[in-house]
Amino acid sequence: MELFFQQLLNGLTVGGVYSLVALGLTLVYGILHVPNFAHGAFYMAGAFVGYYFMTKLGLNYWVAMAGAAAVVAVIAMLADRLVFHPLRNAPELHDMIAAIGILLFLEAGAQAMFGADFHRMPTPYGQIVEVFGLTAPLQRLLIIAGAFSLMVVLHLFLTRTVTGSTIVAMAQDPKGAALVGIDATRVKLLVFAISGALAAIAAVLYAPINLVYPAMGHLVITKAFVIIILGGMGSFPGAIVGGLIIGLAESFGGFYFSTDYKDIIAFVLLVVILSFRPQGLFTPKGARA
Amino acid sequence: MRLLEGKTGWALLAAIALVFPLFAQNNYLISVATQTFIMAIAALGLNLITGYTGQFNLAHGAFMAVGAYTVGILTVDHQVPFWIAFLLAGCITALLGYFVGLLSLRLKGHYFSIFTLCVSYIMFLLIEKWESLTHGPVGIMGIPSPPGIGPLQFGTPLSQYYLVLAFLVLGIWIMARIVRSLLGRSFMAVRNSDLLAEALGVDLMRTKTLSFVLSVVYAGFAGALYAGQVRFLGPDLASEVVTFDLIMFVLVGGVGTLLGPLVGTVLVTYLTQSLQFLQDYRMVVFGPVLIALIIFLPDGLVGTWLKRRARRADARASAQQAATAPTVAAPPEGRSHA
Repeated sequence: MELFFQQLLNGLTVGGVYSLVALGLTLVYGILHVPNFAHGAFYMAGAFVGYYFMTKLGLNYWVAMAGAAAVVAVIAMLADRLVFHPLRNAPELHDMIAAIGILLFLEAGAQAMFGADFHRMPTPYGQIVEVFGLTAPLQRLLIIAGAFSLMVVLHLFLTRTVTGSTIVAMAQDPKGAALVGIDATRVKLLVFAISGALAAIAAVLYAPINLVYPAMGHLVITKAFVIIILGGMGSFPGAIVGGLIIGLAESFGGFYFSTDYKDIIAFVLLVVILSFRPQGLFTPKGARA
Repeated sequence: MRLLEGKTGWALLAAIALVFPLFAQNNYLISVATQTFIMAIAALGLNLITGYTGQFNLAHGAFMAVGAYTVGILTVDHQVPFWIAFLLAGCITALLGYFVGLLSLRLKGHYFSIFTLCVSYIMFLLIEKWESLTHGPVGIMGIPSPPGIGPLQFGTPLSQYYLVLAFLVLGIWIMARIVRSLLGRSFMAVRNSDLLAEALGVDLMRTKTLSFVLSVVYAGFAGALYAGQVRFLGPDLASEVVTFDLIMFVLVGGVGTLLGPLVGTVLVTYLTQSLQFLQDYRMVVFGPVLIALIIFLPDGLVGTWLKRRARRADARASAQQAATAPTVAAPPEGRSHA
């Protein structure tokens, strides 16, 4: 039973991280209808910036996280201004290729600055705590708490504030949003900033129990794509639920079947689901296919 | 410029390729050129599905790895003669491509690309983890180089160069036949508008699957040649980096042109070689170049040139028409393929 809870905890940890990454991805997709392949590079950049702030500048974990979020938000906004904005009228193939260009650039940049090696991010929360008679690493609990409170904050922002509502309005109906005077360019910048910040926070949360290296975004981003296809491209609750499903499936699948193949589980799940429902599991009506 | 067009242009290119080894100072240059041609074969295939049929396939590199591993596993672990393994590599990638295509091509646009990205990941992880079959991260070593056919021997880098060149020429010739045929027209119809193509009586699923299978067969044979040339295989060949490289080649040259993938592959590899000092960081340069290209020169080098020529021809035609009788409408501008 204890092992079961251990897997549940692991699944929630990984799932929370996936959900955060997928949320950023789905936000951008909802507004721009671009599958942002560079999102994984934002995630990686977040981890490296956090790592740099902590080890080289000796900053506190939380300050480093906030710094990483800010830096990556700026990178994401630059990506929007310099790359996606000039391509707004181009065919979708071009957006995708440009996103790959950003990905290649950021990855090579990280490698040029930090090398291809693996780095370990320190954490002030390395201790093991006991909850309800079960032992758990504090960092994992922190990830779960951090990820879920961030989701709540994001939800409140999107539903309770005017700025948040403009994002939702843009996602639902770009023309209608323009008609009521919403500045599309500003909303897009804001969405990119939020999506970059989410990816960076997810990365800094997860990095202490994982490793930091230039290619670390690859698997996470592909899984995030699986998640937003599962949850419906552009759907916020879908991204959260999808992230948890994949996280738990990996955790339990890796434990009960084979750790070697746990990374494949998400993709096989996608292949099976799309074979039966080519439009995705919960794809909302009217969503762009 | 006239010289570069049509049959003379191709003959000129072939002639340059034939005499290139005379001017290359060393075997290193020749083997780099050989590998460039191998990548060009794969890029030709990617261009068929992405450029002509409009489906952005992100698993192309993985199919190349499947072809390469087929040759590697069959020759090293099962002592199958190279050329039989070579043919089987084509068959297996075709078969695999058929099933992947059947599943993935029901999806449109972004969904298709993301799906193929996931397929590429599945293949990469399988190659890395399935140690009993693929030797896992260690890779396959000691793959035999292609044995001679009759009096032809392929032991030296020079003969390998000509062997790969022959395959490249064959690949281009077949590709030219495909894209100029009715089949090629239906591929382009699907690219331009699949609804319209369907209304014209094009069987969408069949056409797309056929294009996909043909495209991955190019990747499979390219991989098989790669295995015979490099003689060592690691799981990295299946990583999406290879696919991204191929995309860059096709894009630089010009998506949806016959000459584009070839020009792109040779040019980008040449630049990469001259930027050797950058090593792994070359993407710091190439990433922004790729973005700039897609923003400012979305048709690639060959594509832009073709468009300019078409515009000029158009202007000439309308000038001529204005001079004579302005009664007949100009014939619709056809897409040409260099």
